[in-house]
Amino acid sequence: MNPRKDLLTIGSLSTEEINTILDSATAMKDIFTKSVKKVPALKGKSVLTLFYEPSTRTRSSFEVAAHRLSADVTTFTVSTSSVVKGESVHDTIDTLMSMKMDYIIVRHKHSGIPAVIARHCKAAVINAGDGAHAHPSQAFLDAFTIREKYGEVAGRRVVIIGDILHSRVARSTSCILKRLGAEVAYMGPGPLVPLQKHTGIPRFTNWDQIFEWRPDVIYLLRVQNERMDAPFFPAGDYHQAFGVTEERLERIDDLNLSIMHPGPVNRGVEICDAAMDYRNTLINDQVENGIAARMSILYHLTPQTQNND
Amino acid sequence: MPTIGKDAIDAALDNWAERIAVGRSSQGGELALIGLISHGDILAQRLIQRLEARGIYARYGALDISLYRDDFDMKQSKPALRSSYLPFSTDGLHIILVDDVVQTGRTVRAALNALFEYGRPASVQLHCLTDRGGRELPISPDYSALRIDAPSTAKVTLHLQETDGCDEIIYP
Repeated sequence: MNPRKDLLTIGSLSTEEINTILDSATAMKDIFTKSVKKVPALKGKSVLTLFYEPSTRTRSSFEVAAHRLSADVTTFTVSTSSVVKGESVHDTIDTLMSMKMDYIIVRHKHSGIPAVIARHCKAAVINAGDGAHAHPSQAFLDAFTIREKYGEVAGRRVVIIGDILHSRVARSTSCILKRLGAEVAYMGPGPLVPLQKHTGIPRFTNWDQIFEWRPDVIYLLRVQNERMDAPFFPAGDYHQAFGVTEERLERIDDLNLSIMHPGPVNRGVEICDAAMDYRNTLINDQVENGIAARMSILYHLTPQTQNND
Repeated sequence: MPTIGKDAIDAALDNWAERIAVGRSSQGGELALIGLISHGDILAQRLIQRLEARGIYARYGALDISLYRDDFDMKQSKPALRSSYLPFSTDGLHIILVDDVVQTGRTVRAALNALFEYGRPASVQLHCLTDRGGRELPISPDYSALRIDAPSTAKVTLHLQETDGCDEIIYP
C-alpha cells in the first residue's frame, strides 16, 4: 500500500484504509486518558487550517488533534468577502507552497477546491468540507462513534434525517457506513431527499416509515439556513414534521435507539431539549471522537514535503 | 535457513524468568513487566506466568511506541496503531521493558519516552529475547536471553504462537 497524501473523499479510500484509520483512532482516544495528553508523532510538523467558511467545531477539533500530536498549528483567516473563486485560490496555493506547510486542512463553499489545492501542493491536504460534496473527517468520527457504541458498524441500520440534498455530511457519512456494511436510509422534506433510483438508498418522508424500518441510529442533520438561498420551511413546522419531538423521543426510548447529530444543534428545530439529555444521545461522544478520528487521519497521511531527501 | 524452535525458546524463557526471580530477591517495591508491541507484550505475559509459578507477582503492561518513533518520515504507509495497555501509574515501580529483538536501540529510546508519560518509575531495565548488535544509540540490554550466531546485518524473524501460529526464530 502506497502512503496516502490527501484525504478528499471517503470514496477514494480502500476499505482496508478506512479500517486502519478507525483502529488507530481507538489508540488515539486512549491518549486522552493519560496524564500527558500528547504524543510526539508530528513533532516539528506544521499544520495550517484554511477555512473559507465559518466553522468553530471542525476547526477547533482539528487544532486540538494536531496539538495532541505535537504539531505546530497556524490558522489562516480568510475573509470570505475578499475571496473571488478561481484566481484567488491559485494565489493562495502559491502562498501556501512558500510557507512550506506539511498539512493543510481546507474548508470551502465550492466543491472540489480542496482537490485543486491537493493537486498543486506537496502538503497533505484534508478536506474539512467542500460545498455539498464531502466531509470525510465527519464520516470517520460518525463511523467510529457507531463502532464504539455497537462493537461494529456492519449490520446496523442508520437513518439520516434532514436536508439530504445540500448535505456533505449525509453524503460522506452514508458512504463510509455503507462501505462498512451498515444499512442507510434517508428521511426529510420530499424536495430535499434524493430519489432512491439515484442513490440506491431507501427514501422516507415521515417518521412512521422510519419506525417501521427499525433503525438502530437516528442521525439528525442540522437545518442549514445559511446554505439555502431561500428558507424551504419555517423552523416550527420542520420540528413537527421531521424533528425529534417529545412524543417521538418516547418511542425512540422504547425502541432503545441512539441519536446522533453533527452539531451545532438547533434546539427546537431538529431536536427537542429533552432529547439532548436522553441516555442514548451520542452527540457529546461525537465531539470527543472527532478529535481521536482527526488525530488518526493526520497520522496516516504522508505529506510529500518529507520526500525530498 | 537455520531455525530455533519451540523447545529452545521455552528454555530461554525459563532461564529468563529465573534471572528476573534472582534479581527480585534483593529488591523491594513492586515489579511490572512492560512488553513492546508486538511480540514483546506476548513475551512479557509468558514471563509473568513463569514468575507466578515461582510465587513472584508482576504487573503486566504493553506499549505501542509507533507515535514516539523517530523514523515517522519514512516513505511507507503506516500500520494501524495498537492501544497501549498500562492501567496503572508507573510511579515507584521497578519496571522491566521486554522487547523481542534489540538492534539499533531506536525502539527502546521511543519506549523510554512513552513510558515516562505514565509516571516516574523507581528503576527501568531492558530485557530482550535476543540482542542483534548494530546499535545506533547508547543503549544496552541488561539481559538478553538468546544468542544467535548470524552476522549482525542478517534479518532475524521471530514467530510466536499467539500471533503467528508457532514459536520459532528464523535467520539466514
